Amino acid sequence: MPAVPPDGAPALHVESLDVTYGRALSALRSVSLSVPSGAVVALLGANGAGKTTLLRAVSGTLRLHRGAITAGSVRYGDTVLDGRDPVAAVRAGVVQVPEGRRVFAGLTVDENLRAGALGPHRRTPDRAHEARERVLTLFPRLAERTRQPAGLLSGGEQQMLAIGRALMAAPRLLLLDEPSLGLAPMMVDRIAGVVREINAQGTAVLLVEQNAGMALSLAEHAHVLEVGELRLSGDAAELARTDAVRRLYLGETADDADARGAA
Amino acid sequence: MSGFLDNLLNGLALGAVYALIALGFVTIFKASGVLNFAHGSLLLLGGYLVAVLHDDLGFAGALALAVLATGAVAGLLDRLVLQRVGGHDPHAAHVQTIVTIGIDIVLVTDLARRVGGDLLPLGDPWGDAVSDLGPVTVADSRLAAILVSAAAIGGAFALFRFTAWGLSLRAAAEDAEAAALMGVRLTRVRTAAWCLAGGLAALAAVFLVAFPAPGLERTTGQIALKAFPAAILGGMASPVGALVGSLLIGLTEAFVAGYQSDLHVLGEGFGDVAPYAVMVLVLLVRPAGLFAARGAARV
Repeated sequence: MPAVPPDGAPALHVESLDVTYGRALSALRSVSLSVPSGAVVALLGANGAGKTTLLRAVSGTLRLHRGAITAGSVRYGDTVLDGRDPVAAVRAGVVQVPEGRRVFAGLTVDENLRAGALGPHRRTPDRAHEARERVLTLFPRLAERTRQPAGLLSGGEQQMLAIGRALMAAPRLLLLDEPSLGLAPMMVDRIAGVVREINAQGTAVLLVEQNAGMALSLAEHAHVLEVGELRLSGDAAELARTDAVRRLYLGETADDADARGAA
Repeated sequence: MSGFLDNLLNGLALGAVYALIALGFVTIFKASGVLNFAHGSLLLLGGYLVAVLHDDLGFAGALALAVLATGAVAGLLDRLVLQRVGGHDPHAAHVQTIVTIGIDIVLVTDLARRVGGDLLPLGDPWGDAVSDLGPVTVADSRLAAILVSAAAIGGAFALFRFTAWGLSLRAAAEDAEAAALMGVRLTRVRTAAWCLAGGLAALAAVFLVAFPAPGLERTTGQIALKAFPAAILGGMASPVGALVGSLLIGLTEAFVAGYQSDLHVLGEGFGDVAPYAVMVLVLLVRPAGLFAARGAARV
């Protein structure tokens, strides 16, 4: 991890975070992790482990779900993000792609992309045009369908639109919530390629996934959440080799592990 | 034949004015999920402001100020009262809808006290003048209603379609959380929608009380009720639906009134009931309204 990021983009620091829903249901307990500038970090865990809750805490949308940060902090560089609204996150350059794509189905592809640039930004019309060109180069399928209602796109195309829409805000850190959910294996590979490409262009990525194989192949660091607490953290390649992760998230059975041990 | 054209023009004029009201009603619903039962009293407020201001400011000045002031009052009601009620509760919009009933009672009571039993003239330039258009004779106030409403509605549609605010409104109506994640300020977008609706209501007031209506009465706000079935049969959240529904209601009312003598089996004054009859008939055939959002989604 470089001490001073090359392009001046800051790092995300989540420290000892506690999140509670409806003042009663504890969803995260003392979770700490960071996403260095320009890195890809994976956050793994089963349904209900608190992955989406962590993203909501960063993007400022907990309140929409009657959740609140009860302890700890979220900082992006010098900007404090805990207790702020989504506008603050977008302004700081942190943009979330929600789980389940959530494209604006009745709006055209073009309008969805324009909606991505609605937030507060430091950009001129020139830069907005640049962001659009970048998105359409990354997703040529979308360029062919700018006038189509987004609701008529296939699932994979909708995921691409959701990512493209977020890129329109020119994020420095992209929060991706289960981009592979419900997609065919071939489309999952395409999405993985896209994430790699986005990262290569200098955007850091916090990738929340149940598809651990895909996430670990993309990320440098990975964390595993279990029922609201961080269970494992470390180098992604090393985590992929640990028995716990192989068994729980890579679909390997105990027999496979034994066979590997015997070999 | 001229009877038919007379009715047609009258219906279009009525429908255009209803459309100003229904469009505001629908815009508020789309932006905030609230059924604004105070819409009629906002309209009355706009009309009252024109009535008291036109001596000093002239009609155009009074109208401009009334539109701005009514828009501001609507926006302030949303920001200072409604948005503080219910918080992030999923039923907040229902609670806020009930609150608009209370606001309506307060506004109407106060305005009715001020208007009293009088008929207030608004000082509009059309008076009772009429123009001959080929075979038909039509009141200038009705021609003005059609032209001004068309311009205002066209302007509102341009706002929905081409501005960042319009895009924010449509995006937030589809998925508020996704819009918030894009950095859209939901509270501002929604307050702006209330302002627009208030301004349109004030504009509608002028044409509702212009010739051949006698002038502003304390009950003028109740006429706004006829625009509600227009909004509902249009599909509640569809501006296009509100426009089509309003024209349908306006034309129905004009034709029923125009052919009253042939329709006497239905009793006197069926024109007042016609909007609701049309609404019920349309909803029987299309329960979600003419332009309800069709689930154009593929999973």
